[in-house]
Amino acid sequence: MATTGGAFRVFIAALLVSLGVAFVAPAAAQQQPTQVNPTAQSVKERELLKELQKIQGRSSLPDARTAVLEQPAGRDWRQFHQVTLRWIAAIAILGMLAVLVLFYLIRGMVKIEAGRSGRTVVRFSAFERFVHWMTATCFIILAVSGLNITFGRELLTPIFGPETFAAWSQWAKYAHNYLSFPFTLGVVLMFLMWLAWNFPSGVDARWIKEGGGIVGDKHPPARRFNAGQKVIYWVVVLGGAAAAITGYLLMFPFYATDVSGMQTAQMVHGIVGALFIAIMLAHIYIGTIGMQGAFEAMGSGQVDENWARQHHSLWLESEAQKGRVSGGRVAPAE
Amino acid sequence: MARMKFLCDADRCVECNACVTACKNEHDVPWGINRRRVVTINDGKPGERSVSMACMHCTDAPCAAVCPVNCFYTTSDGVVLHSKDLCIGCGYCFYACPFGAPQYPRVGNFGSRGKMDKCTYCAGGPEADLTPAEYGSREGGQFTGYGSNRLAEGKLPLCAEMCSTKSLLAGDGEIIAQIYKERVVRRGYTSGAWGWMTAYRETIAS
Ligand code: HEM
Repeated sequence: MATTGGAFRVFIAALLVSLGVAFVAPAAAQQQPTQVNPTAQSVKERELLKELQKIQGRSSLPDARTAVLEQPAGRDWRQFHQVTLRWIAAIAILGMLAVLVLFYLIRGMVKIEAGRSGRTVVRFSAFERFVHWMTATCFIILAVSGLNITFGRELLTPIFGPETFAAWSQWAKYAHNYLSFPFTLGVVLMFLMWLAWNFPSGVDARWIKEGGGIVGDKHPPARRFNAGQKVIYWVVVLGGAAAAITGYLLMFPFYATDVSGMQTAQMVHGIVGALFIAIMLAHIYIGTIGMQGAFEAMGSGQVDENWARQHHSLWLESEAQKGRVSGGRVAPAE
Repeated sequence: MARMKFLCDADRCVECNACVTACKNEHDVPWGINRRRVVTINDGKPGERSVSMACMHCTDAPCAAVCPVNCFYTTSDGVVLHSKDLCIGCGYCFYACPFGAPQYPRVGNFGSRGKMDKCTYCAGGPEADLTPAEYGSREGGQFTGYGSNRLAEGKLPLCAEMCSTKSLLAGDGEIIAQIYKERVVRRGYTSGAWGWMTAYRETIAS
């Protein structure tokens, strides 16, 4: 029976030990939490953000957009919108203005050197001019209303007060949104109606080398559009397309992109808008005070023969061959 | 002054969506706009988490920074509110918000954005407290005001007050952080103060 007795002693000892533990255990449990964490395997915010820069799940609401929980990327976008874009826009636009003023002071208006001949050539048809001015009017309003979004809060609120500024901004927004349609139409029409004359050619290389006759005093030949005008054409076509695509992404939220897509669209839109405005300032300069005889091309649609000879010699030749030079006097606009 | 914050103890959120429903009902929020929502991550998988989220009333709020007409303001309780009179519906606060809080009723043609709406921390808007103008009209699909102003009545946001597991906490940031910390000590583990780092640049150490 020795074994039985031994087993009994072991049993008693075990009983005592476990009783002792049982007595001590509640006290210990009150001091120290059980280290069981039922959610130890759960997803963690910081890890999710590190992985994907956003946290997405499922929401029982019918709107799928509500499933995005967190997306801190807006912080970078905020920095872009509040600081970067303003610097880009201010430098591009004010810089261009400064360059143009300086250029005007140095070079002055580019004159028709031979003086006016009194004979005219039709340069732009009524339809071409209509499309140009429709697009230009829209562009200026888009530029002003767009810059109002970029700079208005800081520049205009102190002058007009928050209510007036907000009311004006509301109208500016409507204008920006609605005039985008005729603007886009205008860009498409200009793309189609002037495409044939805007492919780069050998003539352009010489034109650029000789400074386009604007810098310096040579008169490089040019067809209907010189290299500078071709640049403007492609800026309008490509810049207009970029502005329109990114603009519509903003105007129609969630049709094609999510929030990060719209942040990118806004960044592209803002930069394109700012550079577009800067380049168009140069275009406006040459079309008005920068060059004698240039405005009438888009005004009455007729240019002086001597102007054409100076700036578009090859074009004038072909027009003259077709017998399109007319009159002893500048014909009035139709 | 108190600094009001939200804190969702994800350990306790059971995705019942009562906060969402209470919010919609309290403010008569129109169809299509959800000031609060519950997002479940890893739904049905191990490690699943549900978090109730709305405007977090951020410190140095990004929405307020980017608004082109400066329509946001922060109350003395640290609640970020906005004026629908000034809002032009440009969408910029939505681009900047880390929590997807700003929403826009669709108005007019091409679904363009109306005046922004978001969680007000049940604190109304710039109009005089507890007036019909502040609550706003709900006729004809219009959503002119901000809903009820419980804070002015000395009450906390309804979503948190009626949360059955007390997962969602609202109140002064230090007090709710303290409640949460005590829970963490008692149960022995944290659930991560979701959104706090992004919204307040701090987390609750425990
Ligand atoms: C062609 C179609 C265009 C569309 C659909 C469009 C749309 C938009 C939208 C939706 C916004 C956001 C603010 C708001 O809702 O008002 C915006 C901002 C802006 N747009 Fe346009 N836009 C277009 C063309 C242009 C053009 C041609 C310019 C430049 C002349 C321009 C310059 C700007 C600028 C500067 C901003 C403000 C950027 C910022 O500060 O965030 N946009 N545009």
